[in-house]
Order: sequence, then structure tokens, then C-alpha cells
Amino acid sequence: MLEAAQRTHSESIPDASGHFGIFGGRFVSETLMPALEELDRAWKHYLQDADFLAELDRDLAHFVGRPSPLYLAENLTRQMGGARIVFKREDLNHTGAHKINNTVGQGLLARAMGKKRVIAETGAGQHGVASATVAARLGMDCVVYMGAEDVRRQAVNVFRMKLLGAEVVSVEAGSRTLKDALNEAMRDWVTNVDDTFYILGTVAGPHPYPAMVRDFNAIVGREARAQSLAEYGRLPDALVACVGGGSNAIGLFHPFIRDEQVAMYGVEAAGRGLGGLEHAASLCAGRVGVLHGSRTYLLDDDAGQIRHTHSVSAGLDYPGVGPEHAWLKDTGRARYVGIDDKQAMKAFHALTRSEGIMPALETAHAVAYGMQLAAELTSDQIVLINLSGRGDKDINTVAEIEGIQF
Amino acid sequence: MNRIDQRFRQLARRGRTALVPYITAGHPHPDVTVDVLHGAVEAGADLLELGMPFSDVMADGPVIQNACAHALRHGTDLDRVLDMVRQFRERDAETPLILMGYTNPIERRGVERFAGEAAAAGVDALLVVDCPADEAEELKAELQRRGLYQIFLVAPTTTDHRLQRMAKLAGGFVYYVSIKGVTGAASLDLASLAPAVKRVRSVTELPVAVGFGIREPEQAAAVARVSDAVVIGSALVDRLDRCTNAEESVAATRAYLGQIRAAMDAATETGPAVAEA
Repeated sequence: MLEAAQRTHSESIPDASGHFGIFGGRFVSETLMPALEELDRAWKHYLQDADFLAELDRDLAHFVGRPSPLYLAENLTRQMGGARIVFKREDLNHTGAHKINNTVGQGLLARAMGKKRVIAETGAGQHGVASATVAARLGMDCVVYMGAEDVRRQAVNVFRMKLLGAEVVSVEAGSRTLKDALNEAMRDWVTNVDDTFYILGTVAGPHPYPAMVRDFNAIVGREARAQSLAEYGRLPDALVACVGGGSNAIGLFHPFIRDEQVAMYGVEAAGRGLGGLEHAASLCAGRVGVLHGSRTYLLDDDAGQIRHTHSVSAGLDYPGVGPEHAWLKDTGRARYVGIDDKQAMKAFHALTRSEGIMPALETAHAVAYGMQLAAELTSDQIVLINLSGRGDKDINTVAEIEGIQF
Repeated sequence: MNRIDQRFRQLARRGRTALVPYITAGHPHPDVTVDVLHGAVEAGADLLELGMPFSDVMADGPVIQNACAHALRHGTDLDRVLDMVRQFRERDAETPLILMGYTNPIERRGVERFAGEAAAAGVDALLVVDCPADEAEELKAELQRRGLYQIFLVAPTTTDHRLQRMAKLAGGFVYYVSIKGVTGAASLDLASLAPAVKRVRSVTELPVAVGFGIREPEQAAAVARVSDAVVIGSALVDRLDRCTNAEESVAATRAYLGQIRAAMDAATETGPAVAEA
């Protein structure tokens, strides 16, 4: 077990009020401020609590199935003819994505704080499923907010959540996607703040969520770092992860931040192209503003209204991004690039056929960029891609795009 | 002197509790907003809150969400809102007007620029729902330079520590959010209101307004007995939603606020509103 101090490198980032440089903070109505302060105290307390951490480690090992393997994709490596491509297999976790790392942690925190009811927002449904899973196990009521458009796109995950006993609320407001689900979850929390714990699914939102969700996901990077050293005797040359809100990326990146020789690439959804308005690439094509409780890069119009976004993957279809990514972009420590719908679909098929691994469409964005990057590097180098989720949930979307009917 | 201070001073002399209606600018139509504001004053409103539409009104319930979406579809941006304020001021130089909204549209315009334009248009204060005291430094400084107040919300959940800090920053009045919830939720707990307002009064001399969840005349009357101002939002916006033109909108505003005003006056005519309990 890692000592508490080794769990995070976050001595001063974010600062006490949750700012990463100019980013982050707490832009919420006053009703929620005391709840955020209470959560901040609880998170800081339990991340130093040996019993809590021991239980978290047990759950991550025996319920989630950690550590997840580091897999050398030999066929794909050969095809690209460049750097070795290795995958951090978060798709093999219980419930099929990295999201469970965070919900196991927040679920235990909710229980420790005496909360009986949990709520969550979800885009692709992975975080909703992971929240419903933890709620079922801990015997808590669970309500998941999901944009109506995503309910349609991710019908299988909706059914999974219901099987797990969660109530799924279809949100009809706004663009009917992840951002609207997040608004609605916040409204629920403000109304039921005494007995409800909001399990936010990404590194966005008001402090302490960006830092807390990062800390619960940083197990991905800690394992990957140790596995790379053990198996290859060295650190990877580049890390690649997809970025919607950015939780799987920050989870991978964070433990490598001080390893200056390791390049980091966050891959955003370029949708139908960064030149137009139909994408969800807030770091590549957005500007600084305030959304969902924090200052960050976002996509808005000249009047400051949040824009509708587009991506083939529901989990990346979000107009904001976690404030730590905004900070990593501005400091130059990480680079952010766009992969469009078509490139992602191509990578989805390429990985499925070459390695027998079907990635989530979100993850396929990272795979697409990682393949490009590997081709530019040499065979002694290593590109480590976070395989953040599996693609079973997306087969209906893929079939629909390709005009296949069951 | 800021119009808000003047107005509360007059009201205190008359022993009258302020009626503060909220409407969303541009709802039910941008051409109607200024008429509705005047109609509200004629029906007995003492201060006005004008909502600046935003795409992601996280702290608002369905009624104001719909009103904002509707207003945005009709092109109600900040330019248009400031135009409305200027037009309103042509006929009414006295009634204080508070703009209410969210951070992003203000930052996109530039905090300094917006504060200057708002002051020039005749705005008296700004209430930015998602900008608590903790993040308010820049905005508050820009407003203060121009004699505008930033109005802060106090919630049932606000701790003593936060309350004391806010008391130091607040100006104009303190807005007590009477429920845990979004605007328009219907669960106003009158029994807990008097002690809650008393708690706010223990840290500030400023008038205390109460809002969120007040819709019936009897509720307004009860709130008027323990506070300095009653804010009516979603219930009015809901009525405006059914109106199709200026005439109907003004008539609906006058009829509804007239009822509220009468109930408040009847409740407080025995004397000025003071903290009971």
C-alpha cells in the first residue's frame, strides 16, 4: 500500500481555494459553498486516514480488479512501424472503464460522511454505471442524470443502470447532453444538500472535485509508471489519453508530471472538424471562461453563451474541460490535439481488428492520435496510451453510423 | 447615493416592506420587457431585478430555465439588456434596478467594460448567482469604483464564518435564499424564516430581502412581516409565459403584483417591519 503522501504530488496545486493558476475555483451559488467546504475537509481528512486508504486499496484490488495490465500491442506496433505502442488496460476494470476508480473512492467517502443518497451526471453512461454499481454495493439510493440525446445514444448503459437499481433521469434541457446533465445534477444537489453526495464523474466542476477526482484516478498513472519501469526498465516517451472533462487523462498524467522527459498528449474530440463549430475541443479551439463551477477553457459564443458541441462519442461531447488541463496547457507541460469523428472510427476498427480489443469511441480518439505519434517515433521509444474504456456500449452507435441494422 | 440606499431609507420611514419582482429580460419578448418593468412599478414594486439570460442557469428551476432559453432565442444578449435598462431610465429615474445573471457572459464582455456600461445605463447593483464572495474580488472592485453594489446571497446552509465574511463585503441589501433549492421550488418553510433572518441581522445593518419559493399572497405577507423585502421571481415569470403581447404582459404583471402588494401591506400596516421572534 502506498503511503498517503505518495498518493499525490499536489503539494501546492491546486491552492487552498482550489485554483490551478488562474483556473479552477468555486463558481457556484452560495447554497453549495458550505457543502463544498465540508467535502473538501472530508477528502483531505480521509486521504490521510490509514483505515480508509486500506479499504480503498482492497476495493480497487478485489472489486475493480486492479492493477490493470500494461499491454504491448505488437500487431499495431508492427503496422505503424515506429515506437512500441502499449496500452494501460482500464477497459478491463469492473464496469469497463476507468470511471470506477473514482466512484469507488467517492462512494466510500459518501459513506464515511454519513450520506444515504448519491447522485451523478453521465454522458456516455460509463460514470452513471460506475456510480450505480457502487451505490448498489453500498446500499445507497442512486439517481443518475443523463441528457436525453445520450439516453438515446447509450441505451444499453441506461438499462445497466436501471438493473443496478438506479433511477435514470433523462434531461431535456439545452443541448440534451452531458453539460445539461451536470446542470441538473447540481440542481438536485442544491435541493437535497443535507443527505445527498454528488459523485461528480470528471475533473471539472467546483473545487474540490477537480483535485479529488484526479487523486482517485491517479492510481492509473502510478501503476503505469511502475509497470513501465518494471517491464521496460524505463519510462514511456509519450503518454496519450482522450480528454472530455479529462479524468482518465489527468489520472494517467498526474504521477508523471515531474518526469519532464515524458511528453503528454491530451486528445480532444474534433467532431466534424476544428474549423467549424461541430466539435468539442475546448482546449484546442476554446477560450477562458467560467462553466460548471470553475474557470477553464470552454466553447462559447461572443455573448458568452455556452455552445452546443458535437462528437461521435457521448463522453467527449462537453463544452468545458477540467481546470488542471487548462493549467497544463498554459504551462506547456501537456499538449492538446484534436481527432475527428472519422479518424476515431477508423482507429476503433484498427484496434479491434489488429489486437482483438474493442475500445470505447472516446478511447478511440486517443488510440488514433497514439498511432500517428508512434509512426513518427523510433522503435526504441514507447508510446503509452490510456485504454480508458471498452467499446461494448458503442456497438449500436457504430452500427448506426455504418448503416447496419440488427 | 446609490438608489438602493435611498429607496430603503424611504421605505423605512413609511414602514413599508419592499416588493422586488424579478423578470427575465427578453421574456416573453424583448419588446415587452421595458413595459413590464414600468407596469411592475405601477403595481407597487419598490426595486426591480432584471435577469440576464444565460444558456446554463445552474441555480434556476424550470420556469426561469425556459424563460432564459426563450429570451436567448429572441436574441437577448447583454447589449439588448443594457438597452432595456437605458430605455427604462428614460421614464423612471428613481426605482433601483439590479441585474441578475451568471459569470460567463460578464467575463466574456470584460468585467471592467461591463461594470462601466451597466453604471452608465442606470443599473444600481449586480447579483451574479455563481460568483460567491470567494471569487468576487475583481468584480466587486470594478462595481465599487462606479458606485454599484454587488448583492450577495445568504443561504440556509451558510455558516457563521461565511456569514460574517459576507457581511463585510455586502452592500445595498443582503439576499436571503429562503429554501435549499433552485428558484421556483415550492417548499418555503415559514417557521424557520424568522430566526434565519434574525441571524442575518445579527451581522449586518443592511436590509434583508427574502426570495426563492414565494408565490402566494399569503406567503408574501408572512415573509413581509419578518423581512425588509420580498422577492417574487418564478411565479411572475410563469404568468408572463402565458402572455403573447405587451398589453397582456403588463396586465398580468399588474394584476399579480397588485395582489401581492395588497397582502404585504395588510400584513405590515400595524407598523414597520422589524425582526420578530
